Amino acid sequence: MRPPQIDRSNYMNPYLAGVLLGLILLATIFISGRGLGASGAFKSLVVTTVEAVAPAHAENAPFFANYSKTHAEGGLKSWLVFEILGVLVGGFLSGLISGRMGFKNEHGPGISGRTRLIAAFSGGILFGIGSQLGRGCTSGAALSGMAVMSSAGFIAMMAIFGSGYAFAYFFRKLWI
Amino acid sequence: MGPLVPEIIGNNLNLIIAFLIGIAFGYTLEQAGFSSSRRLAGLFYGYDFVVLRVFFTAAVTAMMGLIVLSFLGWIRLDLIYINPTFLTSAIIGGLIMGLGFILGGFCPGTSVTAAAIGKIDAIAFLVGIFTGIFIFAESFPLIRDLYTSGNLGNILVYESLGVPRGVFAFGLTVLAIAAFIVTSRIESRINGEERTESPLLRRRYSAAVGVAVVIGFVLIFMPDKTSRALNTVENHWQDAGQKIKKMDKDELAMMLINDENRLLLVDVRSAGEFEQSHIPLAVNIPFGKLTDVQWRNLLKDRRKTNIFYATDTETALKAALLSVELGDNGDVRILDEGFDVFNREILTFDVSNPHEKLSVDLEQFRRDARLKLEELAARAGGTTVQVKEVRKIKGGC
Repeated sequence: MRPPQIDRSNYMNPYLAGVLLGLILLATIFISGRGLGASGAFKSLVVTTVEAVAPAHAENAPFFANYSKTHAEGGLKSWLVFEILGVLVGGFLSGLISGRMGFKNEHGPGISGRTRLIAAFSGGILFGIGSQLGRGCTSGAALSGMAVMSSAGFIAMMAIFGSGYAFAYFFRKLWI
Repeated sequence: MGPLVPEIIGNNLNLIIAFLIGIAFGYTLEQAGFSSSRRLAGLFYGYDFVVLRVFFTAAVTAMMGLIVLSFLGWIRLDLIYINPTFLTSAIIGGLIMGLGFILGGFCPGTSVTAAAIGKIDAIAFLVGIFTGIFIFAESFPLIRDLYTSGNLGNILVYESLGVPRGVFAFGLTVLAIAAFIVTSRIESRINGEERTESPLLRRRYSAAVGVAVVIGFVLIFMPDKTSRALNTVENHWQDAGQKIKKMDKDELAMMLINDENRLLLVDVRSAGEFEQSHIPLAVNIPFGKLTDVQWRNLLKDRRKTNIFYATDTETALKAALLSVELGDNGDVRILDEGFDVFNREILTFDVSNPHEKLSVDLEQFRRDARLKLEELAARAGGTTVQVKEVRKIKGGC
């Protein structure tokens, strides 16, 4: 097995980054009473898009109807949407400061760029479905859930990473 | 004090804060290297464990912080959002996400930071998420049963495992450190390199491990406020007799008749017993529910005297002590001899036969009291005490 060479020197020490991330999460819970998240913002985006494109369908389909019932203020005016916009800005600033900007399609040595894009797209689809079924993704369900010591957080963490390890062997060509 | 939303910080300011927090979140993720799918995927092949390090350190840091803040009474954990556990859908959803992680090399949050610096694979992943959620939404009627099955409510992991909160937190801290050490070895072996940490870095790591273990150990002795209060009640309720005064049945009857607005009467018996009969104006808070957050505002009203009663005085005393320990109004009394005696001697005082053992005055007082309390009950009949709904924060993905 030939490991890929990754230059780690430019990145922040992972434990330091972990402590910072933990403090950000703690501040989030202290101020807003809720954890960090990501997939929920995309849900708002999907619902808003469907409401704009096919309003009749949005009124009838139970998923969209449920959403508008629980989000009276309307689609995009939600905590997670604002947070994810911030993530976009924060990531951009960090890339700019550390000189990591630039269009790049990152993939393992054994596959073409096209294969990588198809795999990334498929992975996104699965994450989209899985995060809705599991009521949150790695940040919303697993990380934030573990911080507040909810059983759901630990179950999500074990299921996501356990499944990753279980499937890793079959898709090793994508990465190594 | 915390959470600051919604009492101190309003909804619009909360959205601005969400944006600022997002910037910090995205910046840290990118600095940690989470904008590279190959680094993230390294977790599953053993060549780069950055995900494990950042993820576990963050979870343990935030968890420790919350325990300390709640111990100091700076945050009310009963108000924050606890994601509910739906066992079946959580496991199946997690399995699907794990496969998505291997194929896509990202999770939703990290793909946003990666797209922000121009990663094309991250943009493909984002389009995928959008599509996936749309597919889920459209097929929702088919999977609704799966989605809602196995609902265990907002359960906490240490309660599920039956260990004290602090012990669990300490165990998780030690487990995380052990995982860091083991995975570092695996990583060095797979990458075929010597461990290259400088002596300075090693010393710093040792110090950090020491600090984490000490904090983790201290957490064992930081029970949350509710369990602390319950502990005090369990161990010290016998000594509370001097602090919490008893109130005689006639005294209570007199106070109800003359000064009903100055007292809050709390019936800590079961809902069934309360339903059968209770003292007029009493609020039913069964003993086991006394710690529920919804009662705090009611019991904190310092303009009133809180009077607890149960079938026996022991339960009433424990309830009164628990309420004081939870930080409610300190002006508390309990009804001596319990409800049944009050019921027999006052509420259903036998007016048909003369009571030779009682003085004439007392007998007359109880006859009057029975009538007046019946009037009071009739007046209060339909009205129940309004409990202000405490807003628990909604969250989640």
